[in-house]
Amino acid sequence: MTERRLAWALVAPALIVTAAVALFPLGWTVWESLHQHDLRMPWLGRPFVGLDNYVEIVSDGRFWGAMLHTVFFTAVSVAVELGLGLFFALALNRVFRGRGMVRAAVLIPWSIPTVVAALLWRFLFDAQAGIANAVLVGLGFLDEPVVWLVRAATAWVPVILADVWKTTPFVALLLLAGLQNIDPALYEAAAVDGATAWRQLWNVTLPLLRPALAVALIFRTLDAFRIFDLIYVLTGGGPGTATEPLALYTFNALFSNLRFGYGAALSVIIFLVTFLLALLYLKGLGSLTEEER
Amino acid sequence: MRRSGRWIAALALAFLVALVAFPFYWALMASFTPEARLFESPSLWPEQPVLDHYRALWNERDFWKPIRSSLIVAGTTTLFCVSVGSLAAWALARLRFRGKNAILGGLLAVSLFPQISLVSPLFLLLRWLRLIDTYPGLILPYLTFAMPLAVWLLTSFFRQLPPDLEEAAAVDGATPWQTFRRVLLPLAAPGLATTSILTFIYCWNEFLFALSFTLGPERQTVPVAIALFRGQYQVPWGQILAAAVVATAPVALLVLAFQRRIVQGLTAGAVKG
Repeated sequence: MTERRLAWALVAPALIVTAAVALFPLGWTVWESLHQHDLRMPWLGRPFVGLDNYVEIVSDGRFWGAMLHTVFFTAVSVAVELGLGLFFALALNRVFRGRGMVRAAVLIPWSIPTVVAALLWRFLFDAQAGIANAVLVGLGFLDEPVVWLVRAATAWVPVILADVWKTTPFVALLLLAGLQNIDPALYEAAAVDGATAWRQLWNVTLPLLRPALAVALIFRTLDAFRIFDLIYVLTGGGPGTATEPLALYTFNALFSNLRFGYGAALSVIIFLVTFLLALLYLKGLGSLTEEER
Repeated sequence: MRRSGRWIAALALAFLVALVAFPFYWALMASFTPEARLFESPSLWPEQPVLDHYRALWNERDFWKPIRSSLIVAGTTTLFCVSVGSLAAWALARLRFRGKNAILGGLLAVSLFPQISLVSPLFLLLRWLRLIDTYPGLILPYLTFAMPLAVWLLTSFFRQLPPDLEEAAAVDGATPWQTFRRVLLPLAAPGLATTSILTFIYCWNEFLFALSFTLGPERQTVPVAIALFRGQYQVPWGQILAAAVVATAPVALLVLAFQRRIVQGLTAGAVKG
């Protein structure tokens, strides 16, 4: 058997499985989105309706609300996570003793189920049993306990804190790996030339860290954009639908309203937006690395 | 200047560890606190620690059922993905053929699919196959993220191994299959272990598919069971937090034991790939 044939024989099982469970269903979603398929009304059958589902989405207020919530959540949490992650990565890079312990500690939030993280933060922000109220009232920041989850503005606080808590450590580890790839001789050269610590950060570290930053940005953005678990458990999308993201709205369209055609159309839109974001970032990353060459 | 910078860094890291650890500590303490006391003024140490909540998990909630489901589903998925994935990874890391980068890129793209985009067709497919609320009905969907993950991690681990021994085996007349079984796999054992652990953790933590494709407590996994805990009158915080501790402890111990390798596996692909 030639090497090429052997190689294809070896990769075939993994590729066939992946195609069967991921690519084929994705195609099915697109096809389904062109139909009216209402599991509550099986007697209607599954008529082809063209782009009707998409036309309905455009004038669906709840959809635009969900889009707004998703974009808001993604922008705020990713910005905070990258900023804090960079700060902690720089700190980790300077300290040598105890680095192993810190690394172990920060891996744990990343490794636990998101559901558990959501429950921990819901408990911390519980109106009666939560310590957040106790501390804030005790320190005089609040006059009386806040019922966090009954108003949209306050419900976002535990959601974003929980996400930052769970993923910042991971971003820091990713950026630390990038920092460790930077040649220390560059800093020595910069120091000889009299560059201050601040200038070294700005002119040496950050430019060389751009690929790692870009990777962290891509992964975090795509991850935040499809947020589901955290909000499902923490706020349930409430109060009302005030914190409902796109994935949760789609889930509700599918399993509460049993509108499979409409839900499929929503899924396709999430997929397209994610795909465009990834493409945009990759293009940015590509031009960025070419610039350096 | 240098020294003060180091102090600030150490302080920042101590702060980070405290921030990360506090919610865990608080939940652990609360899980040993009687329900009635949870709603009084919080204290850093339970005055009379009780095991009531943990007992209730086993006696009232049948919490061993979701644990069993999670172990079966995550274990089977991991075994399947690591064995099939290691064949593919071997080819991708060592053999010369065209389309290699396209395959790796394609798998990466699949792993970035938003899960929600696959929920509706997978539900209809599983319903048609009569696999809703069964273990295979969870294992099949889990392959969508576990297979690309396993292939990517294994490929990057195999690439780090020195090719000398395999070349020597080939010179000695070993068939490719013998080289793979007798030379590469033993060398790659740490990589296989790390990939298995990471794949298992991803499956153990998965929520959306498990929520969508199960109907009741018989097949629900741990995250779904905890998320759907309901009390008679109010949120049963003591039991929820005890369950959270039980769900987290095995994963946390695995991560602590293998932290160095896990960090390598997670960052190698992202930074150098």
